[in-house]
Amino acid sequence: MKKLLTVALALLLCFTSLAACGGGDGKADAEKTLYVYCFGDYFDPELQYQFEEETGYKVVVDLFDTNEEMYPVIKNNSADYDVICASDYMIERLSSEGLLAEINFDNIPNAANIADNIKPFIEDFDPGMKYSAPHTWGTYGIMYNKSMVDDPVDSWEILWDEKYADQIVMPNSIRECYMIAARLLGYSMNTVDENQIKEMTDLLIEQKDLVYSFANDNAREIMIGDSAAMAVITSGEVIYSKEYNENLEFVIPKEGTEVWTDCWAIPAAAKNVKAAEAWINFMLDGSVAETNFEYLTYAIPNKEIADLVDEPVLNPSAEVLANCETLHNLGAEGDDLYSEYWKMYKAD
Amino acid sequence: MKKTFKGIYLFLIMLFLYLPIFTLMVLSFNGGKTMNAWVGFSLEWYEEMFANRQIMEALGNTVSIAFWAASASTVIGVLACMGISAMKEKPRTLLMGLNNIPLLNADIVTGISLMLSFLMFGISLNYGTVLMAHITFCIPYVILSVMPKFRQLENHTYEAALDLGATPAYAFFKVVLPDIMPGIVSGFLLAFTMSVDDFVITHFTRGAGINTISTLIYSQVRVGIRPMLYALSTLIFVTVFIILIVVNIISHKKEEKES
Amino acid sequence: MSRRIFSGPFLLFILCGTLIPLGVIAYYGITDRSGSFTLDNILAIASPEHSEALFLALLLALISTVICLLIAFPLGLILKDSRLGKKGFMVFIFILPMWMNFLLRTMAWQVLLERNGIINQLLDLVGLPHLDIINTPAAVVLGMVYDYLPFMVLPIYNALIKIDRHVIEAAYDLGASSPQVLLKVIAPLSLPGIVSGITMVFVPSLTTFAVSNMLGGGKVNLIGNIIEQEFTVSSNWNLGAGLSLVMMIFIVISMALIEKFDKNGEGNVL
Repeated sequence: MKKLLTVALALLLCFTSLAACGGGDGKADAEKTLYVYCFGDYFDPELQYQFEEETGYKVVVDLFDTNEEMYPVIKNNSADYDVICASDYMIERLSSEGLLAEINFDNIPNAANIADNIKPFIEDFDPGMKYSAPHTWGTYGIMYNKSMVDDPVDSWEILWDEKYADQIVMPNSIRECYMIAARLLGYSMNTVDENQIKEMTDLLIEQKDLVYSFANDNAREIMIGDSAAMAVITSGEVIYSKEYNENLEFVIPKEGTEVWTDCWAIPAAAKNVKAAEAWINFMLDGSVAETNFEYLTYAIPNKEIADLVDEPVLNPSAEVLANCETLHNLGAEGDDLYSEYWKMYKAD
Repeated sequence: MKKTFKGIYLFLIMLFLYLPIFTLMVLSFNGGKTMNAWVGFSLEWYEEMFANRQIMEALGNTVSIAFWAASASTVIGVLACMGISAMKEKPRTLLMGLNNIPLLNADIVTGISLMLSFLMFGISLNYGTVLMAHITFCIPYVILSVMPKFRQLENHTYEAALDLGATPAYAFFKVVLPDIMPGIVSGFLLAFTMSVDDFVITHFTRGAGINTISTLIYSQVRVGIRPMLYALSTLIFVTVFIILIVVNIISHKKEEKES
Repeated sequence: MSRRIFSGPFLLFILCGTLIPLGVIAYYGITDRSGSFTLDNILAIASPEHSEALFLALLLALISTVICLLIAFPLGLILKDSRLGKKGFMVFIFILPMWMNFLLRTMAWQVLLERNGIINQLLDLVGLPHLDIINTPAAVVLGMVYDYLPFMVLPIYNALIKIDRHVIEAAYDLGASSPQVLLKVIAPLSLPGIVSGITMVFVPSLTTFAVSNMLGGGKVNLIGNIIEQEFTVSSNWNLGAGLSLVMMIFIVISMALIEKFDKNGEGNVL
């Protein structure tokens, strides 16, 4: 038995050391390497090579799917990243927990290119614009198929029109669905008042029977394939969708909507801040923004390419923007509340 | 009559299994980025795929992780079978029961529980952690493929070899191994396939810079999957198809020769 | 002693890769965010939105398993008798689809089944009525059957080819009819394969979230979806872990029920 134990212990040692040191070969030239943590496929891959050529850094890109998947990785520092991409409310959460480093904008001259109309929204989740630099932004609105919808589309209310039963695609995400109800009822989309959340849930349940499907990425594909008449979708999908189906139109409802911003930020634990700053500066460059815009078709808040974005929905007027809100971090209790009601809504 | 009925049945099942695969293959030649409109025949996604370093790195990672995970789990699994088959009934049932746990666990639970444990013991996530995780969930498949062969094995031949003066290693390689070889091969292949196809567990246990094809696909779901990945999958599929056909023909010829 | 020691590495992996992580999940399941003890996360299964999701998952998994069995058993019989039934070919045909990524395969069904998708366009051409199952539990069942059918076919086929031809011939010689041979001879002898097939289909169907997400259009909420949501969107790991524990208990109970049929307790997958 003793023998067995010794062997087991020896193997345990091997196990942990293998797990601990495997893949650690890149550590030696840490100063030359930049670790980027970003949403999948969120910038033109050519730009990575261009950046490497221009600056001499080696770039390692890691991808995640949702902010919530990225959060524990940054929080536990389970992998070391120098620069990350995150959405508005997640920037707020990370910075409030001290997980982000203040960006030294002296080293980022291209910050002057950041469009002015996005600044109030950044101030909203990152007061003083200390921790983040915007990468992309957009709004939510209704995309509809002209050949299937004859009523004028200008309000979220059309989603409740029984005429379009089984023709409507809703976003499969908690906050965006509640945003619609909040706008109709005149509440803030960041409310944590349980009565208001309950009222919004009831309103959404009324509409649930009309929903064809809940979809995020797939919504545009459903619309392109003429399988539904309307979809709540982000403005970034408009150029792409219109390219394949000319009957599609996009409207920002008059009740106002959500403005979202995805930003670059530097984690407090970043090892290579210099490279991270160089990366952010590079991403804010006018011609880089142009490349990204053509690749992603998501709006990029860069003054240099303002003329390029001729699609009005991608660059909403000040009037429209005045009626918009940004998501805030609600804290664990607020998140739990929404999650609970969302599950009830889905189960109903 | 009966024969045509059987033929139709087989055809329908094949159609069911391969229709989605055929669809993806066709879409990989679509000129547009969308899945829902045919824009025209094009090879642009294949060109872009080869030029994309991220995809090529992911491909390399996928293959190397699958190879090492399958190899390690095959060695560990075969050793385990040897050990287990020498045990008495009670510990054997217990171990086979434990062996089933990773199979019965939801992927997401396995993935998250491994991540939480790595973090709890201060092991930062990297290539090694992904490999460990993959070995962990591959072992059961190997054991389940090899164990039945051990049970069919005449235990006495091994003992006899030892009695006749063979070292245990010699006896194993000359007597036991040839008999359990089919089990080992199918266990290895199954482990390899499972490792390649997995995404949830990889997703939660990988560290900086480790992408596999599955995690790449999953992370692109947010902005829409680029047809490059259909092209890549099509190529992998066709490659495996050809390899398997060649292996099949060779083993078939061998069998004919032997008989 | 000397031979038993070979299972050392395996034991180590079971310990480090399975038991310790299970312990960690259990720890998260019985604590709250601040780390103090609570049973709320486990009892949460009693609330209707969770229990309904669990019930629906059990139901759909059961239906998919039965359909897989009904497809796979005749298939096994056909292949057993035909020249195609060479072992290499079988494994080949049913493992091959797994080399197309799981997410892409399921996504392809989305394209096929969509209201205006490929299948419905084909049906239009022939003048047949539409197949409107996308975003319903039926589509989710289809996806489950599609993804897990190989796990049912392979063990059943392996059990069937092991049956001695002479046993079947003897049954006929003794005057048994075809249905009798099927029910009294072939079915009992292939039971271990059937049992492991059922396990391999039922468990992943019960726990899946990707299939229901993609083919259910977000309208079919299974327990897997709830758990995934707790981990990846709501960041409530404790609740996710608690519900996972409950789900595991249900799996163990289901398996115990199934294993009752298999006295040997060691059904083999391949």
